Amino acid sequence: MILLTRKADFSAAHFYWIDEWSEEENVRAFGLCANRNGHGHNYTLEVTVAGEVDPISGFVVDLKALKEIMEREVVGVYDHRHLNHEIADFKTTLPTTENIAIAVWKRLEGKIPGAKLHRVRVYEMPDLFADYMGEL
Amino acid sequence: MKAYLGRRYHFVASHRLHTDAYDAARNRDVYGKCNNPYGHGHNYTIEVVMSGPVDAKTGMVCDMAELDAFAGKNVLAVFDHMNLNTLKVFEHQVPTAENLCIEVYNIFKGFSDARLERVRVEETNNNSFEYAGE
Repeated sequence: MILLTRKADFSAAHFYWIDEWSEEENVRAFGLCANRNGHGHNYTLEVTVAGEVDPISGFVVDLKALKEIMEREVVGVYDHRHLNHEIADFKTTLPTTENIAIAVWKRLEGKIPGAKLHRVRVYEMPDLFADYMGEL
Repeated sequence: MKAYLGRRYHFVASHRLHTDAYDAARNRDVYGKCNNPYGHGHNYTIEVVMSGPVDAKTGMVCDMAELDAFAGKNVLAVFDHMNLNTLKVFEHQVPTAENLCIEVYNIFKGFSDARLERVRVEETNNNSFEYAGE
């Protein structure tokens, strides 16, 4: 088995706020991220697939197809959007880095021909990322 | 002996590029996806370059801690985790990275311990803007 990772970038706005909590509780839990006008990030997405190397092509997956699937299912949906207001994935969950990784996994799982989705990594900043590998 | 000192700062913010001077179709045409109604956001990097004679005793152009404190109070506290469109400084101008760069330059003009050379704003890995005054 070999792992292959493809990266893509998108920019989006978000904020953290739980309606059932008071303003004080939200600010205590989320700090500056509780500003309901939103702020934003340049996100980097890393999608890792696992499979066997095709003995003839030398590839584990069709790279062009993987790029197109990532673009269609994730980047084209999230890029230059406000995750709280415009993306159905975050209607009932906060668009934290963790939840974005899980949402991206759900969008991609079963859609990559010839290889198995192994890991989704989402960077919110260069020094902060979340990994999701499905339910292990 | 004149030397240059560069320092980088980071903040995150959202914005929407839109001007009331254009109709909806022209805003869409000029700003593309940056005109999406709810805005989007970036990890911004600010690079400021100061210059001045190297102090014979300290060996420094200026005290980096003083510059950091100035940037923290006057730049990061103003822009970090904000929606740029809601800030007073962008009440009458579009919060493009160009305008942000000029505003940040004007703020750093107020730092008196060294001479401001230029300010660079990196909006993404692929685009950056510089302003060195008129």
